[in-house]
Amino acid sequence: MTLGNQRVLVVDDEAPIRRYLRAALGAQGLMVYESATGLEAINAVLSHRPDVIILDLGLPDIDGIEVTRRLREWSQTPIIILSVREAEQDKIAALDAGADDYLTKPFGTGELLARMRVALRKQPSATNEPIFQSGGLTVDFSRRLVVVNEKEVQLTPTEYDLLKILVTHAGKVITHRQLLKQVWGEGYDDMHILRVNISNLRGKLEPDPSRPTYIHTEPGVGYRLKV
Amino acid sequence: MENRPDPDELLKNIQAEETKRGRLKIFLGYVAGVGKTYAMLEAAHQRKAQGVDVVVGYIETHKRAETEELVEELEVLPRKLVEYHNVTLPEMDVDGVINRRPQLVLVDEFAHTNAPGSRHPKRYQDVQEILAAGIDVYTTLNIQHLESLNDVVAQVTGVTVRETIPDRVIDEASEIEVIDLPPDELLVRLQEGKVYVPDQAARAIQKFFRKGNLTALREMSLRRAAERVDDQMRAYMQTRAIQGIWAAGECLLVCISPSPLSERLVRTTRRLADELNAEWIALYVETPQFASMSPDKRDRVANILQLAEDLGARSYILSAGSAMDSVAQTIIEFAHKNNITKIVTGKPLRPRWQEFLRGSLVDKLIHKSGDIDVYVVTSSDKPSLPADESPLKLHSPIHRYVLSLLLVALATVIGFLIGGRVEQTNLVMLYLLTVVVSAIYLGRGPAILASLAGVLTFDVLFVTPYYTFAVSDTQYIIVFIALFLVGMVISQLTARASEQAQAARQREAETAELYDLSRDLASSANLESILHVLKKHLEQTFNRTIVVLLPEENRMVAYVVSENLKLNDEEMAVADWVYRHAEPAGRHTNTLPAAQLRYLPLKTSKGVVGVLGVGKPNTSDADLTPAERRLMESFANQGAQAIERALLEEQNRQMVLLQSAEKLQNALLNSISHDLRTPLVAITGALSALDENYEMDEPARNALIENARGEAERLNRLVGNLLNMTRIESGAIKLHLEPGDVQDLVGTAIEQLGKRIEHHQIKVDVTANFPLISMDFTLMVQVIVNLLENAVKYSPEDSIIEVAASLRDSKARLQILDRGAGIPHDDLSRIFDKFYRTEHPESVSGTGLGLSISKGIVEAHGGQIHAMNREGGGTIIEVELPLKI
Repeated sequence: MTLGNQRVLVVDDEAPIRRYLRAALGAQGLMVYESATGLEAINAVLSHRPDVIILDLGLPDIDGIEVTRRLREWSQTPIIILSVREAEQDKIAALDAGADDYLTKPFGTGELLARMRVALRKQPSATNEPIFQSGGLTVDFSRRLVVVNEKEVQLTPTEYDLLKILVTHAGKVITHRQLLKQVWGEGYDDMHILRVNISNLRGKLEPDPSRPTYIHTEPGVGYRLKV
Repeated sequence: MENRPDPDELLKNIQAEETKRGRLKIFLGYVAGVGKTYAMLEAAHQRKAQGVDVVVGYIETHKRAETEELVEELEVLPRKLVEYHNVTLPEMDVDGVINRRPQLVLVDEFAHTNAPGSRHPKRYQDVQEILAAGIDVYTTLNIQHLESLNDVVAQVTGVTVRETIPDRVIDEASEIEVIDLPPDELLVRLQEGKVYVPDQAARAIQKFFRKGNLTALREMSLRRAAERVDDQMRAYMQTRAIQGIWAAGECLLVCISPSPLSERLVRTTRRLADELNAEWIALYVETPQFASMSPDKRDRVANILQLAEDLGARSYILSAGSAMDSVAQTIIEFAHKNNITKIVTGKPLRPRWQEFLRGSLVDKLIHKSGDIDVYVVTSSDKPSLPADESPLKLHSPIHRYVLSLLLVALATVIGFLIGGRVEQTNLVMLYLLTVVVSAIYLGRGPAILASLAGVLTFDVLFVTPYYTFAVSDTQYIIVFIALFLVGMVISQLTARASEQAQAARQREAETAELYDLSRDLASSANLESILHVLKKHLEQTFNRTIVVLLPEENRMVAYVVSENLKLNDEEMAVADWVYRHAEPAGRHTNTLPAAQLRYLPLKTSKGVVGVLGVGKPNTSDADLTPAERRLMESFANQGAQAIERALLEEQNRQMVLLQSAEKLQNALLNSISHDLRTPLVAITGALSALDENYEMDEPARNALIENARGEAERLNRLVGNLLNMTRIESGAIKLHLEPGDVQDLVGTAIEQLGKRIEHHQIKVDVTANFPLISMDFTLMVQVIVNLLENAVKYSPEDSIIEVAASLRDSKARLQILDRGAGIPHDDLSRIFDKFYRTEHPESVSGTGLGLSISKGIVEAHGGQIHAMNREGGGTIIEVELPLKI
């Protein structure tokens, strides 16, 4: 999906960062709105109806997690979180509250645009896009068929479910909790079983499991299927 | 000796005037009823009128209206009620007085004995504590309660007073006011019922209040006060440097023994010293026999020395050989060294014949004394020797005597068997042998018995006429006498030799114990091990429970405690008292004797470093013997010095740490200012070049941008490292432990390194089924990133870097192996230090934080990190993590 003409709301209390984003995103033909606080941001979403929100977690009034939570009560506008490396727990909380993705400061413009593209892309589903392909990996949802480099791969039902969720959200981060909840059900909290299944899945999909090309680890947060 | 004011004396006087200790005024009477309490109250009222803050600490009005009236107008502090055997006894509340902090407190009946369970056994000790707190005290005292006059009072009046106070307490008083009333007037008052008399003692008191007694007591108190005035006069003249009347410094020495006469000796010497205004010293000379003395006797020696100290003497214990000559020599040498002018000793109590055998100490002293006078003191009602002093007392267990008789019987049987073949007189040798054997193995008494029995048996059985004690040939008498005398001499000599050997063994053992202790203390590196060594040695040597307490933020903390020993709050309070007052207290002492343990201050020249608590032995409640006490003091001294040394070392270490922290801070500032600035230079440079140079060609522009971005990333990593370091150092690092996949861990780290490792080959050797390890995944990724980055930095391009994982001893071992420059052997342990970087190669940049952060993170996981040189060149960094934390 190409960017252009969409409206972006940038929420950050640091003026230099807002200036940088306005310049970088404006150059891409995007319409940029700015907010410096969380409450301002919520009002801006109401008045400007942005297509995507770039939200810093550390805001002076209400923090980014709370902003996400309030927005998600009535809005499904994609939200991309900006945070620092040391704040894993905040990131996870924001993602679990409904944010779509995150970026660790500092970040490059290219990275941000890629995230925005993924976030703006409509979610593929088995009905409208029955076949997913990325690199040597092909997943045929209608036939429950997984092929890597033209070779069929046998997956257990759990591994298939895991892969399906990752593929459905390809390019986006999925937190550990989201994966556990969607594959094993609500209240399931066993990191051990998730790690083992991801490891097995990698063993079957990746040419070199110690340098994975498809399933990318987001340390402390979750996994992301690369596209 | 010159009669000039002694500088030390002057200094003492000045100090006495300047010191903040409270002043003690004693209202001294010669008997109850002269009006001491009334006089004290009147004086107090005068002071109050002058604006002094006066309170009543404890006064017994005995319901006399005029006294009660005076008391009512003053503030009376509440008394402390002490429970004892279901009786509640009112006592003065010492802490109450001290906390109230008046300027002057009134305390009646100075010589009062406190209820058991009070802090001090005697009220005068309470008063001393109040004085030490800087509060003035008025108190009342009757002359008969004075320790040194105790026996004289008993002689004069026939009534022995039990409540006594040491003379030194009176000497320390700033002022003494004699409350005098002529005996006739007193007797009138008594008849009028104006003198308080407890009912049950009425008759005894009546007897006591005879005119003769009263006159004698009155004289004593007046004389005492006069002496006191004398002293003050002298002190005054000394401070004003008035030359004059005082005599050359006399110094008396009293030699004490376990004999009951010694107490009297000490009192007599005190009076003599008072009259001469002389210093005096009490001396006990310990002979090898001391070790074999009964505990009673040893305690008596300690008590007498204590009495002497209470009466104002200095006391010493010296050691000498067991012969009288040696004892006398020791005394005389000591006397010369200490400029003693007069020696006081007791008249021997032994019978003349024993003196003949053993020698007389008095004779020897007089013989050797030279220009020193020797005073021999005796007692009018000649005290009998205590049972164990009697020559007839059995020194050895009864079975030894039986054994010695059996030996004699055996000799007799042998005598019968060989009787026909040898001269009869030679049979005597058999009995002599018996005596020798008895002396060596059974002791002195059995040997004497053997010689006696030998003589008799020989006479009855082998000398004609047989079976009678009669002797036909008179020359046998000589044989008998010779046999008996030889037996006596041999037994005496042998027994003494063995006693000496025993005493020597004991001393040697003590010395060895002290030596062991000092050696172990010297080899103890820190406070903890010093305390453990001290506790272990004390437990072993004294077979008692031990506790060592050290001060920590204004309270005592038990650092080492024997098993089964529990200290409650009261014990801690005693320890605290000991620490603050630098004096022993607790069980078997005069302060807080109700405590479970005896507490000794651990003193050094600089002050008290801690408190040693000594419990009961396992079997009994016996106090330490004086010898044990001395040994314990030596232990305590050594311990105190070792503790002080450890504390000083600790201080020193803190200093060094502080200095190195400072150095580190400088290094940090240098390193950071350099490392922060370099990327900023590159970035600023690139930006300004792009800004100003419009005609730059494409590759040059790209190179500039690429370089600036690389530097920006480096700056970001540096900031991350500094943040991590700060968190690790402040202990703020919090692990989010989750089961982590090692393969994933390495993969993620490699991905994060991205371009930084593009010139090296990374070989990962982690099996897919490697178990999950409990870890903080994000932080461990940081560790692997740091280690790989380090390996890349120090190894040549295109070389192989291996990452291997294996299991060993329920630990996961991760290794990063490179083919780089390796690490100089001396640096292997230091490369994990903060800001440490190997000297070469110099081209490599970095802050030296990466490895140190890795170490911090790994150790927070309960793991370890090591560096070693790899065979064939290169370095191995090894991380060991427990599978589960």
